[in-house]
Amino acid sequence: MSVRKWARIRSPWLIHFNTGGCNGCDIEFVAAITPRFDVERFGIKLQGSPRHADVLGVTGPITMQITKRLLRIYRQMPEPKFVVAIGTCATSGGPFKDCYSVHGGVDTVIPVDVYIPGCPPKPEAIIYGIAKLLNKLSEGEGEEKVEEGKVIKESEEERREKEAKGH
Amino acid sequence: MSYGTTIKVPFGPQHPALKEPEYFLFEVDGDIVVKVTPRIGYVHRGVEKAFEQETYLHNLYLAERICGICSHAHSTCYTQTIEGLIPLEIPPRAVYIRLIMAELERLHSHSLWVGIAAHEAGFDTLFMYLWRDREMIMDLMEEISGNRVTHAINTIGGVRRDITSEQATKIKKFLEKFESNVKEYTKVLESEQTFIKRTKDVGVLKPRDAIVLCAVGPTLRASGIKSDVRADDPYLAYGEIPFNVITHDGCDVYARTIVRCEEMIESANIIRYALDHLPEGKIKVPPPRTIAPNESVGRVEAPRGELIHYARSNGTNKPERYKVRAPTLGNLASVCQTLIGAHVADIPLILAGIDPCFSCMDRVIITKKSV
Repeated sequence: MSVRKWARIRSPWLIHFNTGGCNGCDIEFVAAITPRFDVERFGIKLQGSPRHADVLGVTGPITMQITKRLLRIYRQMPEPKFVVAIGTCATSGGPFKDCYSVHGGVDTVIPVDVYIPGCPPKPEAIIYGIAKLLNKLSEGEGEEKVEEGKVIKESEEERREKEAKGH
Repeated sequence: MSYGTTIKVPFGPQHPALKEPEYFLFEVDGDIVVKVTPRIGYVHRGVEKAFEQETYLHNLYLAERICGICSHAHSTCYTQTIEGLIPLEIPPRAVYIRLIMAELERLHSHSLWVGIAAHEAGFDTLFMYLWRDREMIMDLMEEISGNRVTHAINTIGGVRRDITSEQATKIKKFLEKFESNVKEYTKVLESEQTFIKRTKDVGVLKPRDAIVLCAVGPTLRASGIKSDVRADDPYLAYGEIPFNVITHDGCDVYARTIVRCEEMIESANIIRYALDHLPEGKIKVPPPRTIAPNESVGRVEAPRGELIHYARSNGTNKPERYKVRAPTLGNLASVCQTLIGAHVADIPLILAGIDPCFSCMDRVIITKKSV
């Protein structure tokens, strides 16, 4: 295991972004860093700036007004980057999927690595989801993403953006 | 000291101080804010339209998902409005169970907020303590309703789950511990010099301004104005339960913190009284599927302030029009006013001071007519 990969798995830095959620998932996400759940014991740290983050935790359905901002934040994150969709809304659009100002789940705009269903998912579930992501990384998924995935990802991203505009 | 020129400082929509995406453009002269332009709407999901497309029973679950922190307040307001449309009287036991849940939710929301305020003021220890205690409330609510956040305990015509006597004992036991903890934290907040220096005379909202700018809830009460829907227009069983409306004359962020701390104690007393006087009987009456043309308004004191729902029925099983007016919309104008003249470093604290919940509030704004 390379030093970079080891560091990536041992200490992922998270950024949280609400794309139109109802606050339920966000508060559960914050609850995960408080004493009962304490994700910091896994080396997970909540980060303020997208430029320092490895993992983007998205809560809420993607509203039309937030789409551009989400893409901007996603682009600002350094490679390799991973996206966790937290909650039913982020996974599929949830109860808001037919609303006129909602695109749907996060995967309608950016590629997602881990989905955490639940309305809202319990802090345990969020921790479990992130642990799954770390497992995925230790199996070597992050490496490919840097080498080949980048180009594909970018073009895919552009395609999705075009789609989002047409929506 | 004035520099003569102003600099524009953008704040949000992604900002570590706010959990929700909201954008404010601050014009600052040196370190002093001179102009605030909010830009709302990032969380606009079209909930009001969605209400019109689903049946009354489906909408119950949508109403809870307007806001994830005061979900019970929204569902209480929704059921109240719909029961006003029918009209339908709900059993007294259901009324008390709704009230107990509402007060438990106020405890959780206020402890969450006081924690956030302490965090914004740089007092992280208290943040962690309060959120640790909040987990006890979440456990209780999970035991009563089956879910931590979206309780789904309300239904049109009553409640879906009963509170057993074991649960009542558990709640009382919890209240004892929680109350003594909150008293301790209040004492800490009142004597901790760093917190006082950080919050006193910060974000001052004069009583007159508070009324003119339509502030609601703890923000209004912290400006010394006695206004609380629970006392002014009693809904549920608030008319039968003795309680005080907490006010504070400080008008600043410190006053808002103390008001919320004291409200927690008051809520604990309300729950205790309600548990002691819990009536026996049914918890639910069956509602009709379709509702004849009618109009109704529901008012509820959510943890953040006055919450208003409006519904109009047209004889089918779906509402014709539904409208939600969330407390944050009332408080937004006042917070923009209080931010003027504040230091840049105090912006997160003042913004957090109204306990903003933008997901309840966000709506579409059309700024260019020609497009």
